Amino acid sequence: MPIIFDHVTYTYAPETAYKKVALNDVSFEVKEGEFLAVVGHTGSGKSTMVQHMNGLEKATEGHVYFHGQDIYDKDFDMKELRTRVGMVFQYPEHQLFETTVLADVCFGPLNQGLEKKEATARAYEALLMTGMKEEQFLLSPFELSGGQKRRVAIAGVLAMKPEVIILDEPTAGLDPKGRDDILDMLKEMHEKTGNTVVLVSHSMEDVATYADRMIVMNKGQVFCQGTPKEVFAHADELSKIGLGAPSVSLLMDDLKASGMNVETGAITVEEAKDAILKMLNKNV
Amino acid sequence: MFKDITLGQYYPADSVLHKLDPRVKLFGTLIYIICLFSFKGPIGIAIILGFLAAVIILSKVPFKFMVKGLRGIVFLVIFAGLINLFMTNGDIIWEWKKLHITRQGLDNCILMTTRMVLLIVGSSVMTLTTTPNSLTDGLEKSMKPLNKIKIPVHDISMMMSIALRFIPILTEETEKIQKAQMARGAEFDGKNIIKKVKAMIPLLVPLFVSAFRRANDLALAMEARCYNGGEGRTKMHPLRYVKSDVVAYVILWIFLALVIAARILWVKVLA
Ligand SMILES: Nc1ncnc2c1ncn2[C@@H]1O[C@H](COP(=O)(O)OP(=O)(O)O)[C@@H](O)[C@H]1O
Ligand SMILES: [Mg+2]
Repeated sequence: MPIIFDHVTYTYAPETAYKKVALNDVSFEVKEGEFLAVVGHTGSGKSTMVQHMNGLEKATEGHVYFHGQDIYDKDFDMKELRTRVGMVFQYPEHQLFETTVLADVCFGPLNQGLEKKEATARAYEALLMTGMKEEQFLLSPFELSGGQKRRVAIAGVLAMKPEVIILDEPTAGLDPKGRDDILDMLKEMHEKTGNTVVLVSHSMEDVATYADRMIVMNKGQVFCQGTPKEVFAHADELSKIGLGAPSVSLLMDDLKASGMNVETGAITVEEAKDAILKMLNKNV
Repeated sequence: MFKDITLGQYYPADSVLHKLDPRVKLFGTLIYIICLFSFKGPIGIAIILGFLAAVIILSKVPFKFMVKGLRGIVFLVIFAGLINLFMTNGDIIWEWKKLHITRQGLDNCILMTTRMVLLIVGSSVMTLTTTPNSLTDGLEKSMKPLNKIKIPVHDISMMMSIALRFIPILTEETEKIQKAQMARGAEFDGKNIIKKVKAMIPLLVPLFVSAFRRANDLALAMEARCYNGGEGRTKMHPLRYVKSDVVAYVILWIFLALVIAARILWVKVLA
């Protein structure tokens, strides 16, 4: 288990008039090599939670373990943790600062203490992986489009070769094509390297398509967790906290309710297509 | 942390003072300061102390917040006190080698430190009960007459409001960027000064970019809503005096009269 949360509570601005409990007794684990999705309403504590995974926030109460070591121990090497657990923030393009795309992506590897050559090689690899073209490498990051900036920022974290990579709503504000590109790239990278991926997302469709397992957050607590199929089977409970199952599962439920003999439980368009075709073939 | 700055020292509470028009509070503070500095004798100080105590009780703000402001200037007060104590010439009452204390010096020292402490505590009462925004509004309205001598009062106050609004946004942004760069292995707590300055670049560049972007967006949004300066512009929450404001003004004038009377009497007593 790379990361374990043990009864973690986190309070913003404690002992003031503006105190806010953002995480309330959260316990769960991230499994080796899984693609984990974290979903929940805005303000449910997703960002706060993932920032505990690489020690950017320190739990007010409780413990976080990385490979069995308490990350709040005095002799724990935080810097090393941050190179092993990479984190892509929401709107990561806001962190770009270098004069060229390549130099910006090198920032992380150089901080890890790599030689210039090695860092550049890593940056090349990461940029190509995120779908950037070689002729763009020497442009200023500020000349790029929003979607391209986002890729560069993600490459900046991938170049550090973290074993766990966390992405906080990496597709926010992108068009559907840009969104699919980034998620497909992630999935591909996940399958190729076997890294652990933690994806914070708003979109149930994305989660259903890409994640192995999901955690649902509500008001600073873990509401439920399981495979997308298990979680979306409880669509009515999810709707109580303002979340829904993917549209296709709702569609299948409606088809069933209107008297068609389809299998419900599909969570992706592919599965829904198969279920409908199956029904049609049977009827023929 | 950023909320501290937005609200200044503002302490939310439901008191008469919180509800007063900011102009009344500005005027009151002005009178208070004038009194504080036009007075010397114990009677004056007693009246001022009484006034301050009444106001503090009315404000419903815990006393510890009042003296918080003192922490920053403790050294200044002690320093000014000591200078006055040892550097004033007059009738010597204590001597040791080159150091001497005079009666006048002692008087000055006591007066000076009392005034400074009362000044800070008194103006804290205003900032604790008024949000910076309503303070800006109050200032804008009180300074309106300066328009006649071509001082752009509205523009200045608009800039102040925007600056106040941007402080928390930019602080939040700084925190975010700092975290993002830390996640990429940046260190901001290095000991070497050159390294420290270098470490600021990944923080400052994105911060400036974002500040310009936001300023641009804001300007565009203001233009889209036909903002073109203060001419003919009305307020969403216009400042209007109500009964309690009038009462407060009356009390303030009485207080001023009392202090002036006490001052004249004190001079007579001395004579
Ligand atoms: N820097 C901060 N200071 C104070 N409160 C915060 C801060 N960041 C987040 N919060 C509060 O903590 C709660 C959880 O926020 P967050 O983790 O950002 O949620 P999510 O990412 O799920 O939208 C929210 O209610 C938010 O208002
Ligand atoms: Mg968030």
